[in-house]
Amino acid sequence: MSPVTRAEVEDFLYMEADLLDNWKLAEWEALLTDDAGYYIPANDDPTGDHRKSLFIIADDRERIHQRIIRVMDPNCHAEAPKSHLSRIVGNVRILAQDADTVTVAATFVCHRYRRYERMGEYVGSTRHILKREGDSFRIKERRVFLKSHELGSLGSVSFML
Amino acid sequence: MPANGSYVIDDREKGIFLLDRSVHVSEEILREEMRKIFGKCWIYVGHASEVKKPGDFVTRKVAGRPVIFVRDQKGQVRCLFNTCRHRGSIVSTERCGNARRFMCVYHGWSYGNDGSLARVPSEEAYTEAFDKGDLGLKTPAHFDSYKDFWFMNLDPDAPPLGDYLGKTRDYIDLVVDQSPSGQMEVLPGTQEYDVAANWKLMVENSVDDYHLPTTHSTWLNFMRNSGVVMEPPKGAGMVLPTKGLAIDLGNGHFTTDNVNFRGRPVAAWIPLYGDAAKPEMEAIRAELVERLGAERAKRVADTNRNLVIFPNLVINDGSSVTIRTFFPNGVDKMHVTAWALGPVEESESARARRLDAFLTFYGPGGFATPDDVEALEMVQKGLANWQDDRWSEMSRGMGHEDGEQLNSDEFHLRLFWRKWNALMGEQA
Repeated sequence: MSPVTRAEVEDFLYMEADLLDNWKLAEWEALLTDDAGYYIPANDDPTGDHRKSLFIIADDRERIHQRIIRVMDPNCHAEAPKSHLSRIVGNVRILAQDADTVTVAATFVCHRYRRYERMGEYVGSTRHILKREGDSFRIKERRVFLKSHELGSLGSVSFML
Repeated sequence: MPANGSYVIDDREKGIFLLDRSVHVSEEILREEMRKIFGKCWIYVGHASEVKKPGDFVTRKVAGRPVIFVRDQKGQVRCLFNTCRHRGSIVSTERCGNARRFMCVYHGWSYGNDGSLARVPSEEAYTEAFDKGDLGLKTPAHFDSYKDFWFMNLDPDAPPLGDYLGKTRDYIDLVVDQSPSGQMEVLPGTQEYDVAANWKLMVENSVDDYHLPTTHSTWLNFMRNSGVVMEPPKGAGMVLPTKGLAIDLGNGHFTTDNVNFRGRPVAAWIPLYGDAAKPEMEAIRAELVERLGAERAKRVADTNRNLVIFPNLVINDGSSVTIRTFFPNGVDKMHVTAWALGPVEESESARARRLDAFLTFYGPGGFATPDDVEALEMVQKGLANWQDDRWSEMSRGMGHEDGEQLNSDEFHLRLFWRKWNALMGEQA
């Protein structure tokens, strides 16, 4: 296989951002590998290991599935009504790749609006481990690093960041 | 003060308890709280395990006061005001670290990690009246600990910490008994988030089991989906599968004390932990029984308890152990900090299970806390009508007052408000 180009992973990340912004979580879930993980470390311990350190989110594949059930439930009060999300993804770089996987870094700003109010901007970076599949990818690991020292006025991460 | 001298209507004969909603919206009341509540009570600062070695320190704001929580070279844990004695600047701007000295960046005064003033640049410019020995970093009037939980008190006339904590010590002991050596530690990773609501709403929320079935229906679904059997409530007034009580611990402190149904890392297995966890969890339980006896082991492993130490320390020993504290940042905003606590000798797999269980419920990305945050923020918004809709209803279970008070009653909330009301009524 020829090496993956930045343009290819950019297309994938933009598509993923669109699905997450628009709550198309079933379609997003279909992009995950069977052993996928989704992690957001604590703001004060971004390099921590979720088995030793308290995270904000540390989901295995089953927990991601349960999280999607939860956030789509109208009784998920934190997301009823749903947040309006708009994220800008940039600075996309391929950190490493081999025949099977590509590790991709990107930065993001995710604007969140709810209850007719501005809720704030989540600012940080992501690191995806993508599994090559044909001419596209599946997500093996999605790790989100928040740059703020604490969540502060952003409150919760009740949506898919 | 309100006209009748009280923020509550506490009619025990009729069984009606009402709370004046001004307590959540008034700037004046908040200013008074800083003096009469946070200036008088023992306030949690940190856990000894956060500063393991000499020189280890963390800086944080406690009751609005910037402090350095530090272990000095001799091993003594201290709480220093993070304010230079010279012209008042913060002297440590790091969140945490290890330091022998704290140097003010303004004029370079530097302090030892015991707070003593170590160096003043070109000291010869001062007269003999200038006494370095008297210019160490100031400290709260009192600073003391129980089982590694360190508290400060700004009031010189405060009662000793032990008297203040009173019966809450039995419930702290139950948490600490998880550890074979009696030593618990705060784990790395802090959850810090704001809630756009008055701080006292978090006190209520932390122990109010009445809200669980509605606020947390998606969490209950998740538990069911994971294979936990949720029996329908059986007793009158019960809202959860198992019975739980609300218990008065005196001095405005209280706890829930519930028969566990939700699983506990020490040591009540649920399907969520996976079959592979069973042997280790059985071994953890066997150790408890051997060390503590069957009855005490059951208390430790098979009950979960949300403890409130007045006014703002919550220790939840539930799906995991969390220390949670929160301070007002204006009348309609609070800053919450939450830590995970675990036995120091815990195996890697048990530790991972504890942290995983924590995230199933607690925290800003948990399956329950975000809905609590939402509920409290909705309350704060609703309170904008307070002038025309003055009273919150908090009478649930008043008929039970002399008997068994359920976790889903509002008995324990009333304990908080009675204590708060009494302190606010005092002249300060």
